[in-house]
Amino acid sequence: MGLLQPELGLLFWTSLAFGVVLFLLCKFGFPVILRSVEERRRFIDSSIDAAHEAEVRLERVTLDSEAIVEKAEAERQQILRTATDERDRIVAEARTKAEEEARRIVAEARVQADEEREQILRDGRQQVAALAVALSEKLLRGELRDKQSQTQLADRLLDEINTQTTNPEA
Amino acid sequence: MNRLVGILFALVLMYTCPAWGQESIDYAQSEAVAAVAAEVPEHAEPMTEAQEAIAEAEPLVEEQELNVKEVVLGHITDSYEWHICTVGEHHVTIPLLVIVRSQSGEWHCFSSSHLHAGHEYEGFRIADEGEYAGKIVEQTAEGEVVRPIDLSITKTVAGLFVNCAVLLLIVLGVARRYRNDQPDAKAKGGLAGVLEMVIDSVMEGIIIPCVGPNYRKFAPYLLTAFFFIFVNNLMGLIPIFPAGANVTGNISVTLVLAMATFFAVNVFGTRDYWKEIFWPEVPTWLKVPIPIMPAIEFIGLFTKPFSLMIRLFANILAGHAIILILTCIVFATAKMGAAVNGAMSAVSVVLSIFMNCLEVLVAFLQAFVFTMLSAVFIGAAQHSEEHEHETKQIENNINN
Repeated sequence: MGLLQPELGLLFWTSLAFGVVLFLLCKFGFPVILRSVEERRRFIDSSIDAAHEAEVRLERVTLDSEAIVEKAEAERQQILRTATDERDRIVAEARTKAEEEARRIVAEARVQADEEREQILRDGRQQVAALAVALSEKLLRGELRDKQSQTQLADRLLDEINTQTTNPEA
Repeated sequence: MNRLVGILFALVLMYTCPAWGQESIDYAQSEAVAAVAAEVPEHAEPMTEAQEAIAEAEPLVEEQELNVKEVVLGHITDSYEWHICTVGEHHVTIPLLVIVRSQSGEWHCFSSSHLHAGHEYEGFRIADEGEYAGKIVEQTAEGEVVRPIDLSITKTVAGLFVNCAVLLLIVLGVARRYRNDQPDAKAKGGLAGVLEMVIDSVMEGIIIPCVGPNYRKFAPYLLTAFFFIFVNNLMGLIPIFPAGANVTGNISVTLVLAMATFFAVNVFGTRDYWKEIFWPEVPTWLKVPIPIMPAIEFIGLFTKPFSLMIRLFANILAGHAIILILTCIVFATAKMGAAVNGAMSAVSVVLSIFMNCLEVLVAFLQAFVFTMLSAVFIGAAQHSEEHEHETKQIENNINN
């Protein structure tokens, strides 16, 4: 029965010892360790979160940079295409303009040439007429020195006129 | 429901802990070998293991009968002196402090060596028989034998002090390394790492799931209880002098521990907890004319710590007794001739090793169980109406 009987002295000393141990460990022991472990856990958790976030951000940055490169590429293409178009357009325009100019110049030249030809013709005709008149004057002066030749001419002229009137088609 | 899951989780953890404990068992094995070797000189035997060989060579030199019951009880009960070993006829003991208050009201404080072998000192002696056998008694003027108020530092108290010192040294020593830690400090190695791992497993395995949301308030107490019991259990298994006292196998010690849990449960119990005791949610006829349920609940208040007290006490006591009895086989068979004695010694050593390993496991398990049940009782006293409501809702959901 002695085994099952609590002893006053032992109860007292156990209470005291356990009380002191409890006090010391609750004050200076476990809370310190628990806090440190908790803090470390929080730190690790936050570090993992930060790492995840960094990863996500890095991915986003990579995507962004890729997008930027792609966009730049597209822009370059665009610029090149525009430049080509522009060049073609300018060339075409220049060509049309040049053609037009050429055509205008040609037309102008033609008009001028026509006018000049007209002029030349007119001049020519006048000169020919004048020449003819002068020539015929000289001829007439030579031939019509005598009376006989004057008559002969008059006759021939009359003949010619006659043939012309009788046979107009010929 | 949450709590049930918590308990189940804790139980699973408890059964998986041998895997965790593998290391400690390996360690314990070597310790156990040492223990068996050292166990021999500890008990009141006139032989050491070395002398055993001599005894086998020239048998039957023993003068006294071996009384196994006396040896075992002598170890597991308390005493006023710390018997370390006996060399030949000479008992090597450490006298301890006797502190008693006589009937006249004065305190007496003296070494227990004055009371050795039935001597009387300042009117006190250790009773041989009767109601107070083995305890200090006082003879009054009328010739009556009475028990004085006895606050002596007995073997158990001394062992308790040693174990407390070891516990404080370990935990406070480790805590010092954590004191100035920054949050980004690296994990500790060595003893701090081991302690941290055990603390973490107790926190995650028992305290958080069993106590519930209020766990921060009770964690230091539960951890202290766990390590107090664990260290005392382990120290009880080491048979070399400053350790080896049967501390947690003493009902007074476990009574104090159970009372501590009892206070933790009832002092911090919520209003709902008390309502559940005196006005539980059962059909009214169970509580109105005759308060059957309240009476049962009220008795339950005391049976819980009582079971804690008995479980720890009985387990550790039984462990000590079995190891001692197994060791005594060597000496009990000494007279049966060299062959029998040799064979039985071998059996004794093998069984002792096995039992020591088992006791290391039990040391952990009992600390674990005590802490877990304390945590469950505390958690049950912390529940609030809404928590209860929540639990019921979950249960209803499961039933549907």
